[in-house]
Amino acid sequence: MSLFIEQILNGVQLGVALFLLAAGLTLIFGIMGVINLAHGSLYMIGAFAMAWATARTGSFWLGVPFGLAAAALTGVLMEVLIIRRLYARDHLDQVLATYGLILFFNQMATIIFGRQPLFLAPPSELSGFITLLPGMQYPVYRMVIIAAGLLVAIGLYLLIARTRIGMLVRAGATHREMVRALGVDITLLYTFVFALGALLAGFAGIMAGPLYGVTAGMGEQILILTFVVVVIGGVGSIRGAFYGALLVGIVDTMLRAFLPGLLRHFMAGQEADALGGGIGSMGVYLLMALVLAIKPKGLFPAHG
Amino acid sequence: MTIRNMSLALVLSGALAVPALAQDLKIGFVTTLSGPAGYFGQDARDAFNLAIEHGGGALGGAKINLLVEDDAVKPGQGKQIADRFLKGEGVKLFTGIIFSNVAAAIVPDILEGGGTYVSLNAAPSELAGKECNKNYFVMSWQNDSLHESAGANATRLGFKKAFLVAPNYQAGKDAIAGFKRFFKGEIAGEVYTVLNATDYAAEIARIRASDADMVFHFLPGGAGIAFARQYAAAGLKLPQVVSGASADSVIVKAVGEPLLGTSVSAQWSSDLDNPVNKKFVEDFQKKYGRMPSQWAAQAYDTALGIASALKANGGKFETNAFRAALAKADFQLTRGPFKFGPNQHPVQDWYAMKVVKSDSGDFVLKLDQKILSNHTDVYGKDCKM
Repeated sequence: MSLFIEQILNGVQLGVALFLLAAGLTLIFGIMGVINLAHGSLYMIGAFAMAWATARTGSFWLGVPFGLAAAALTGVLMEVLIIRRLYARDHLDQVLATYGLILFFNQMATIIFGRQPLFLAPPSELSGFITLLPGMQYPVYRMVIIAAGLLVAIGLYLLIARTRIGMLVRAGATHREMVRALGVDITLLYTFVFALGALLAGFAGIMAGPLYGVTAGMGEQILILTFVVVVIGGVGSIRGAFYGALLVGIVDTMLRAFLPGLLRHFMAGQEADALGGGIGSMGVYLLMALVLAIKPKGLFPAHG
Repeated sequence: MTIRNMSLALVLSGALAVPALAQDLKIGFVTTLSGPAGYFGQDARDAFNLAIEHGGGALGGAKINLLVEDDAVKPGQGKQIADRFLKGEGVKLFTGIIFSNVAAAIVPDILEGGGTYVSLNAAPSELAGKECNKNYFVMSWQNDSLHESAGANATRLGFKKAFLVAPNYQAGKDAIAGFKRFFKGEIAGEVYTVLNATDYAAEIARIRASDADMVFHFLPGGAGIAFARQYAAAGLKLPQVVSGASADSVIVKAVGEPLLGTSVSAQWSSDLDNPVNKKFVEDFQKKYGRMPSQWAAQAYDTALGIASALKANGGKFETNAFRAALAKADFQLTRGPFKFGPNQHPVQDWYAMKVVKSDSGDFVLKLDQKILSNHTDVYGKDCKM
């Protein structure tokens, strides 16, 4: 039982990290209609900037705002210099340009920081583990990620549902032409949305850094799962991104954790482990195919 | 550090731009330079270049033009590079591949295209037995051997029940098979992970729930660092017994304290007392400002092997003459005694090392003792050249 709870927590933790990335990605796609493959680069930039500032200042707590600022600033620059020129063009051009950005940012990170992954310990107040149940310990840092991710989700919900800017964002996602027609400064709104997405991606990268290490190309590893989340949740929907991310996080973790054990009831140990591992890594894509077959627009479609 | 790395990159790119003379021997160096395992390729490339520098810009009297490309652990990308080298550049001699899935995809192409491949790392089982080839040499180890050494080491240390973790690809399966072949105890469980995964929470929870008394894993590069740190963060104290692939000098230094006392097996140690190794370790540190890893040593050895075969032929490369000369294994490496088995894979000694804290406060691998002598692989008997 404690193993089950621990795995659920692991799934939720992966889920909230995916949500932070997917929220930005889905907004950018939903509102501006841009497929931003370089979203993972913002995740990486947040992590690198945090690692650099932490090493310089010796304090994780100074590294965090620095990483956030670097990711958001890069997001704004990216939007103003490059993405802005892509709104009117077709998706293939967008994919090409943002793929180019991935290569650029990865190479840049390699030149500046080298190829060896940077590792930094979580701050001492967040390291170690807590005992949740008798005999069940869980790393403090992972609990903090879950809490921080859920707090950001609530904050984002309030921002989108309760504020004027949130209203514009929602309107932009569902009735893009109408917002334009009403004379809203759409350029500014776009830059704001992009910066917000970058900030969230940077935050995800910052939290991932002490856990997985900071390395060039780290963004692309999680980007594919993020796209799965966006597709499952429904493009343009923050709510969809949230439930989609939790679903993907939990399904992925549970399959990895328990599928080989289940298969062992039917076949020999080694084959069960190999097959279970294989299906486990395909699981979220099967889930995506299933969702698309039943609800082609995702679980919570934003566009009517 | 930033400025120095940037200027280093500039110098390197400048060096690549210098046009090589037509008669220089081209060596195709397809390797992994990006992602969490990018430092493998970096160490291999740097050590290979060091060997060329030691030869005065040449190996065995042949001026070398080293063509380095990054495969990004993608077999498809590696195939394209190898194809371009073979057909576009007329390269005959290849080395550099780090990952077995890349090797399995492109080594057969290279051999069919009339090329010679000398491996400095990956040596998957499928190329060691029936599919062996007279123009395919391995200077590192057959994949299984790395993990057989860990199995033998775990048996020596008296462990009874092991939990095994490896990525779900050929080398991962070779790893688990190899460990089991030499481990006399029971297996408490085994897990296959996604290749190059960085989150091991689910696997660590399963280890905790098992009744194992040790953990063996094959998680090279950034994966190994992430695993070891998450393992410590989860409060697990079970000892790890691994091969050098999962705890090389880079990993040990990055993870530090939680790995203290861990027993690690490999075919090479920076402490091995022979003149070639001394010179290599000293000059590598002088040139690159860091300790050489096992990957660097293997690449340096491969360059020495290639140099010996070129030297025997007066600095000229001709496929058949090169093969005949290399097969004699007439060279001194950074390791102990070395010869080729029937499948042209190494027959060599293996050592146990221990993670200790050095005087300067860094965590390093210290030579402990020899655990296997003249060790070879089980696939050689199926190889008919």
